[in-house]
Amino acid sequence: MNESPASTTSLGTSAPPHRAGSDVPFFVVMGGLGGSFVLLIVTMIAADLAFTSPAHFSAALSKPEIQRAIWLTLISCSISALLSIWVATPLGYLLSRFSFRGRWLIDTIIDIPVVLPPLVIGLSLLILFHLPIGGTNLEQVMQDRFGFRVTYAEPAVVLAQFSVACAFAVQTMRVTFDQIDARAEQVAMTLGCRRSRAFLEIALPQAWRGIVAAVTIAWARSLGEFGPILVFAGATRMRTEVLSTTVFLELSVGQLEAAVAVSLMMVVAAMAVLGIVRLVGTKVIR
Amino acid sequence: MIELHDITIRSGPFLLTNVGMTIPDGTYAVLMGGTGQGKTTILEAICGLRTVTRGQVFLNGDDITRWKPGDRGVGYVPQDLALFPMMTVRGHLEFALRVRHCSRGLIRDRVAELAHVLGIESLLARRVTNLSGGEAQRVALGRALSFRPRVLLLDEPLNALDEATRDRLCQLLRSIQKQSGLTTLHITHARTEARLLAEKLFVLDAGQLHERPLTELTHPIAGSTEA
Repeated sequence: MNESPASTTSLGTSAPPHRAGSDVPFFVVMGGLGGSFVLLIVTMIAADLAFTSPAHFSAALSKPEIQRAIWLTLISCSISALLSIWVATPLGYLLSRFSFRGRWLIDTIIDIPVVLPPLVIGLSLLILFHLPIGGTNLEQVMQDRFGFRVTYAEPAVVLAQFSVACAFAVQTMRVTFDQIDARAEQVAMTLGCRRSRAFLEIALPQAWRGIVAAVTIAWARSLGEFGPILVFAGATRMRTEVLSTTVFLELSVGQLEAAVAVSLMMVVAAMAVLGIVRLVGTKVIR
Repeated sequence: MIELHDITIRSGPFLLTNVGMTIPDGTYAVLMGGTGQGKTTILEAICGLRTVTRGQVFLNGDDITRWKPGDRGVGYVPQDLALFPMMTVRGHLEFALRVRHCSRGLIRDRVAELAHVLGIESLLARRVTNLSGGEAQRVALGRALSFRPRVLLLDEPLNALDEATRDRLCQLLRSIQKQSGLTTLHITHARTEARLLAEKLFVLDAGQLHERPLTELTHPIAGSTEA
């Protein structure tokens, strides 16, 4: 007969020896569930790659409208990303550092572009520029005062991209400043600084990783924007066409090969951008 | 001279009421008390980093209760030191002087003098992110002293240092204070540190701030440790 492993001590009966068992099932289940999503993305890209060929790429790249779309995409995404960081840095800082009445409302408003269907953003921009106010509208004012069109023109592309991308940039900058200890800025103020100088000389230099991450995320969001551009800027060839609308336009005329080639260009651009974020901004975003 | 006249400080649910304190010119005062009693809050109120909802704060006779932190002339060393991660040691010593638009010559001379007194000449070009605990404390102290403040406020500045480093820094603090005649308020939990430095002792206990005789430092005080 085996002796019972339990023994009696001054603190009572001790628990019998126990083996925790293997962790393999845990990793199999967790890895299996999580890995299915990774597998989906990889197989989608692999399918695109299998469908296309170098000839499809060169054919797509030789089209003047696609060449123009690439340039407009690069320029509009860059302008939109720069505008986003210009706005997101002060806004992210204010939301991170100060508690004030109604902050929750500002938080909610900023998150609207993140949760709204993209088409609604485009529609809302269209309405904003064409709503009659005092016998005129914003579009008319832009044409009369500044001499350029917005709706269904290149500025509409930038504005549509900015409206969504900026929300993501603000979130990134807010997290960035949340992670920077405010105490150093306070000490700077005791040393004779005004708040503005403490921000510029102490907080901002520490936020450079977040700034790079926010610019990159805003650029990537702008690259992927489709709905607001379609509604507010249209998808006019050689005018307001960007890569995301190129895919739509090529599909609509049955040019599946060109659509896939352009899609893969966007995948490469997105991967490059995300690679930069991982390299530079990981500490800030996580 | 630091005077607190029945000040009330509120910070969220935390409330400190009717705090009074007088530290005469050139005195080294030590403030002790348990964790969470509000010692740091008092220091921050003197710095202008916390709003005083009632009462008055005087520095050298000036009512500074509503002054901005930068106008008060307070040298402050916070508990976590809060060094500026992107700056060199020299940058820290120059910072307050640059803010005051001091001449290059004056800045150079003051930095050299401070670096010599604090024994950090060899560190001037280093980034602060890779300094030892004792070196970082000296830099924070140098930054606070750089603009010749009216008073010096130290929030547990010698915490987390080994005994030898702490003793050396205690002597340094004492000699700097004697030479400059700077009115100093120093928060600590350590009775040894307090015995070495204090000319005046205050204890914050259950929201009440009292002055106590230095002889009490031979016995345990609420929230204090021997070392």
